Amino acid sequence: MKKIEIYDPSMCCSTGACGADVDPKLIQFASDLAWLKQQGVSVERFNLAQQPAAFATNPVVSEALKTQGNESLPLVLVDGAIATRSIYPNREQLVVLAGVTEDSAECCGEADKADCCGGEESSCCCG
Amino acid sequence: MKALLDAAPRFLFFTGKGGVGKTSMACATAVALADAGRRVLLISTDPASNLDEVLETPLGQSPKPVIGVAGLDAMNIDPEEAARAYRERIVAPYRGILPDAAVMSIEEQLSGACTVEIASFNEFTRIIGHDEPIAAYDNVILDTAPTGHTLRLLSLPAAWNDFIASNKTGSSCLGPLAGLKDQRLIYEKAVGTLNNPSLTLLVLVTRAETSALKEAARASAELAGLGIRNQHLIVNGVFKAVDPDDAVAAAFEQRGRSALDRIPEILAALPRTTLPFHPNGFLGTQALRRVFDIRAEPYPDQEGCATVSLPFIEDFNALADRLAATGCGVIMTMGKGGVGKTTLAAAIAVELARRGFSTHLSTTDPAAHVSAAIGESFPNLHVSRIDPAAETRAHIERVMATTGSQLDEEGRTLLAEELRSPCTEEVAVFQAFARMVAEGEDRFVVLDTAPTGHTLLLLDATEAYHREVLRSSSALPEAVRELLPRLRDHQYTKVLLVTLPEATPVHEAAQLQDDLRRAGIEPYAWVINQSFAAAAPSDPMLKVRADLEVRYIAEVTRELAEYAVIVPWMGGEHSGQAELQRFVHPQPFK
Repeated sequence: MKKIEIYDPSMCCSTGACGADVDPKLIQFASDLAWLKQQGVSVERFNLAQQPAAFATNPVVSEALKTQGNESLPLVLVDGAIATRSIYPNREQLVVLAGVTEDSAECCGEADKADCCGGEESSCCCG
Repeated sequence: MKALLDAAPRFLFFTGKGGVGKTSMACATAVALADAGRRVLLISTDPASNLDEVLETPLGQSPKPVIGVAGLDAMNIDPEEAARAYRERIVAPYRGILPDAAVMSIEEQLSGACTVEIASFNEFTRIIGHDEPIAAYDNVILDTAPTGHTLRLLSLPAAWNDFIASNKTGSSCLGPLAGLKDQRLIYEKAVGTLNNPSLTLLVLVTRAETSALKEAARASAELAGLGIRNQHLIVNGVFKAVDPDDAVAAAFEQRGRSALDRIPEILAALPRTTLPFHPNGFLGTQALRRVFDIRAEPYPDQEGCATVSLPFIEDFNALADRLAATGCGVIMTMGKGGVGKTTLAAAIAVELARRGFSTHLSTTDPAAHVSAAIGESFPNLHVSRIDPAAETRAHIERVMATTGSQLDEEGRTLLAEELRSPCTEEVAVFQAFARMVAEGEDRFVVLDTAPTGHTLLLLDATEAYHREVLRSSSALPEAVRELLPRLRDHQYTKVLLVTLPEATPVHEAAQLQDDLRRAGIEPYAWVINQSFAAAAPSDPMLKVRADLEVRYIAEVTRELAEYAVIVPWMGGEHSGQAELQRFVHPQPFK
């Protein structure tokens, strides 16, 4: 299974819920990552304001910061290599990056949730 | 008093409404315990601490010996300074390692009000949650910030504990609290200490005034609810008229007596120390030693203060005329707790409404109860209160309805969970404040702000948000975007600095004026409130007091204020509308 790392810009928190205004993209992204984890993907997230060490010690990340500045954030790394810069990928893009199978991704699509989601114990996205 | 000193456990914790003499009482207790041979550490966590002034010793962020008192050390925990140190600890290792722009973005993120709150709380718990820093002391005395702030600090760890325990996704909007989980043991130890009656005594300081007693009763109940049940009551400054024919003195004494007659039950049940009125106050260790000395003369020889001559200064009516002339805008009363900000804001609002202006009176003071007092006598006067709990609920509903509607089911669940973060209240109150200020475009908005420390946090937040807003591309409410420019526009916003004609309140107001000027906000006027000098008493003790006021009044009019007005002592408690009217048309005492 692939390993995904996200290097966020300096934020109060990873969802931005305590900012002046809540950005729905950030909430959706956090929720998509939670789903990705349930699929067994290794996901780690670092906030520049809270974990500067992670940025300083990763040569790929610190190089990107040096050459392209804060604007390169957020950085998404897949197995240690930069996959996207300056954007939060949506769920479809994450599916491709993480290489997870499509079945689980389709689960919460247009299908009837009541049929597809197997209650509390299910590892499906609705659980 | 002897009972209080003899029974003093390791930790003594002073609380009370601003202006009741909490700092003096904490200092006097510290001096008395040190004089009795104990090793004592005195700590102030008040953002507007004046420990240095009361002890006549320059203090810092670590314990320093108090001049003239063997065995007593004292220190200030300045929240702003604690926040700076906290920020520096995080940022320093990355200077020169990460690019400057990245380091700057970290610093900026850690400049918010939340960080200040957390850093100062960390300092506080570091002291009572650890053994080493205080191992050398028999007693540790905490002169805490005004009640509301203390309660907030105390209830935060409970809120955070709950939040951490129930946060399932672990994405946890803990903001600058990211390291909190590691600190949990320390917080728990601190709370355990506070809840142990053989270790901790809560000293409630009050004056013989209904509002101060009410506040003490509220604090007593709330802190008992948080587990601090070992409590002692100090009633400070109980006045007995020397000249029974002086109407002001008689009213002053009568007010004290009737307030104590109706002392709240919860306070009546507590062990109590009653201290007489000292017209000279308690600056310096010599004066502090007189606090608990029953043989001490309450006032010096009254010769030499036969007449009290005031410098020329305008009255409340003149101020009301000037304010009314603009027709609309924001009027904010600021100052330390206990100086009468709320009463003054209410008096101004009532007067503007009486003159026919559409007026909105609102309060951010957590201890306020104005709305009930004024009632619905003026159709053009609207009274409201920024209630943090209600604002937070409304904010959450708003965010769920807007942002939440753009998310899927899981996203909404996550958002709802994130919004339970303690930061949400900060944001909600801030936005309510911004909306209120925006209303001043077409009417009068009169706001009383919370005690100094919190006001500054609010302004700091304004700065930080303003920077954020300028960067942010997302559509922010116009009220938030325009807040700082509005506060800086002295045509639009008129800040009234409220103070009492006493050393500490004047110096605190002067500090607040400096802070405001640094934020680009110029105070419009100073209001010297509750002046005995302006009430012209004949009672010798009150004349000593009145005479003492003159130099502070002169300091305000000559050195500090562009424009100042004075309000005589009028019986002190003006919560009802008829009482408020006396501000505008003062009547002599019968």
